[in-house]
Amino acid sequence: MVLCTFQGKECGAMIYKVITKAEFKRFIGSLVRDNSSFGPHQVGSDCKGNAVYQFLPVTSLEDIAFDYSATASSAKHFFLPFREELSRFVFHDEDWEQQISYDSSPIVLIGLRPCDISALNILDDVLLNGHFPSPYYLAKRKNTFVVGMDHLPLPDCFCKSMNHHIVSTGFNLFCSDIGEEYYLSINSSKAFNFLKEFDTRDPLDEDNWKLVERRKLISNSFVAEIDVTGLPSILDIEFDSPVWEKWGNKCLNCGSCAMVCPTCYCYSVEESFETNLKSAVRQKRLYSCNLVDFAEVAGGHNFRPKNGDRLKYRYYHQHRGFAENANQQICVGCNRCGRACLSGINPKDVINDLRMDGGRGLVAANGSALWRKQLLQLNP
Amino acid sequence: MKYQGFSFNKLKIASFDFTCCEGCQLQLANRESSLTDFFELLDIRNFREISSEQHNDYDIALIEGSVSRQDEVERLEAIRRQATTLVAFGTCACFGGVNSLKNKFPLKESVTEVYPCMLIETSPIRKISEIVKVDLFIPGCPVNKEEVERIVVSLVTGSLVFLPKYPVCVECKAQINTCLFELGEICLGPITRAGCNSVCTTGKTPCLGCRGPAEEINMAAFLALVTERGLSQDDLREKMAFYNAFEGFTNYEA
Repeated sequence: MVLCTFQGKECGAMIYKVITKAEFKRFIGSLVRDNSSFGPHQVGSDCKGNAVYQFLPVTSLEDIAFDYSATASSAKHFFLPFREELSRFVFHDEDWEQQISYDSSPIVLIGLRPCDISALNILDDVLLNGHFPSPYYLAKRKNTFVVGMDHLPLPDCFCKSMNHHIVSTGFNLFCSDIGEEYYLSINSSKAFNFLKEFDTRDPLDEDNWKLVERRKLISNSFVAEIDVTGLPSILDIEFDSPVWEKWGNKCLNCGSCAMVCPTCYCYSVEESFETNLKSAVRQKRLYSCNLVDFAEVAGGHNFRPKNGDRLKYRYYHQHRGFAENANQQICVGCNRCGRACLSGINPKDVINDLRMDGGRGLVAANGSALWRKQLLQLNP
Repeated sequence: MKYQGFSFNKLKIASFDFTCCEGCQLQLANRESSLTDFFELLDIRNFREISSEQHNDYDIALIEGSVSRQDEVERLEAIRRQATTLVAFGTCACFGGVNSLKNKFPLKESVTEVYPCMLIETSPIRKISEIVKVDLFIPGCPVNKEEVERIVVSLVTGSLVFLPKYPVCVECKAQINTCLFELGEICLGPITRAGCNSVCTTGKTPCLGCRGPAEEINMAAFLALVTERGLSQDDLREKMAFYNAFEGFTNYEA
C-alpha cells in the first residue's frame, strides 16, 4: 500500500514494508559483511557517564549501537572529507598534466537520523543543484547507501523547529521503530532488491496506525524549541546587535562547531609541491568561518577580524541562508555545534537572545514605517 | 634543479643543537618515505647527527634547544652572523621548552638537585629570540617532519612560508576524537596552534601546548570554561607552564 502523505511531506514512489527487528538485524548483518560500512559505534563514555557515539567503520552487528542517542560528529565527512585531494599536477620537462579523479568506493551508512538525512538533502541543493555542481560530492553521494533510523529526540534536539524531524527523501531505506518491528520506507530499487532476500511483509492498517502513533510520540517528545518565524528578517534587522559581540566574546575561534556540523561546507584550497618537486597537489580542506583567518586575503587584510563578526556570519549562513543555497536556512537542528562548543554557544540561546533584542529592533522598524505612512498621508 | 622553466637551488643549511634532547634534529632524518627527496633539496653544510663533515658557509641555520650557558650565547651569536635565515627549530628554541621549568626554582637549588656533587655552570633558560633575531619559528615537541618538509619546499621554491593560525581543535575534530574536556581533562587544544595533526589528543593525551598559542586566542573564554567546569586551577597552571609557551598569558586571575 502507498500512503498519500509520508511523514507530513510529499510522497514519492516509495514502497513500504514491515520487518521484524531480528530479521532486520540479519539484513544489516549481511549488509555490513559484504560492504564497506559505517554506523553508530560507542567510542566510550564522558565524565558524566554518558555514552559517546561516532559514525565509524563497522564489520559486524556487535559494532553497531542500534539504540544510540546521537553521534558527536556528523556524517558529513563521508561526503565532504575534512581533507580531499582535488587534483594532482605532474610535471615533465617543460610541460605538465593535471590528473583529476572522482573515484569513490561504495559505502553503506547505517543509522542516520532524519536531521542527518535532511542535511544531505541540503548539501545536495548546494553542491548538486546549484550553478556549479561538485563531481567530487556527486561521486560520494551516489555511491553511498543510506539507511535511516528514527529516534526519540534528545532534550536539546531542535530539529522539529527547523522542520527536519521528518524526512521523505535522500535515503535508500528508512526504519521507523513500531515496537517489535520496523516500518520500512524503501526509496530505492537497490534497497528493494537487497530486501528481497529477507523476510518482509506489506504493512497492515494496524501497522500504519502504529507508525502514526510513533510519529506523534516523536513529535510530542521535543523539549527544546527555537522560534524561527521571521528569523531571516530578524537577522537582517539585527545586523548590528550587541548580541553578536556578547556571544563572540565567548567564542574560542576553534572551529569545532563547523567541524561537527552536518551542513557546514565552507572550505579552503591549498596548493603545494610534493617534496620531490615533480608533482603538486591541490587540496581542499573543510574550514570554519569562526577561524581567525577565514576572511583573510592576500596581503594580510582580514575582513572579519572580530570574534563577534565571524560568529554572526556563521549564524547568517546557517539561519538566513546565502544566495548559493537559494536563501534557505541550512541548520537542521541537530545541536551538535551546541554540544561541541566548550564555551556553551548554541543556536537556541543565541537566537532567543537575538529575538529578545530583535523585539526592540522590530518596534523601531515598525515605528519608522508608521512615520513614513504618516508622511505619505501628509504629502499624498 | 629545474622544473617548468624555473630553476631552484638547494638550501645551504646547517643544524645546531643547544640545550635540548636533540629530538627535533632527529626528526629531519625521519619520515623515510620521502627522505631521499627531502635531502635532495638540501646541501647540508653542518649537521653532526648525520655527518662528521663541517663547513661554515651555510645560509640557513636551524637552531634547536634553548640557551643555558654563556658559551652557548657566543656560539649562537656567531651563527647569527653567518646565517641569512635563522630558524628557531622546535619548542625549546621557540619558547624555552621543558627546560624552562628550571626557571621556577632558585638556580642553586636546581643544580644541587640534579648534579649533587658537581660544579655546573648554568644560567636561567632563555629562548633563542631573547639572544638573537629569529627569522622563522617552527614549533613542536618534536617538530612535525611533514610540516618541516612543507616549509623547506616553500623555502626552495620561494613560496609563502606559513603555519596554521587556528587551534588544534580543528585537526582534533577531523580525527573524530572525543573532546578531552568531555572526559574531564584540561586540554590546551583550544588555545594551541595546530599543525601537529592533533597527535597527542588522538592518543587521548591532553594537549600541553608545545606549538605555542594559536593566533588571537581567546584566553578569557578559555579560563572561564576551565573554571565553569570546576577543573583544577593547579592542573591548568602546570599545563600552561609546561613548555613556557604561554608566557605572555600567565598573568591571569583564574
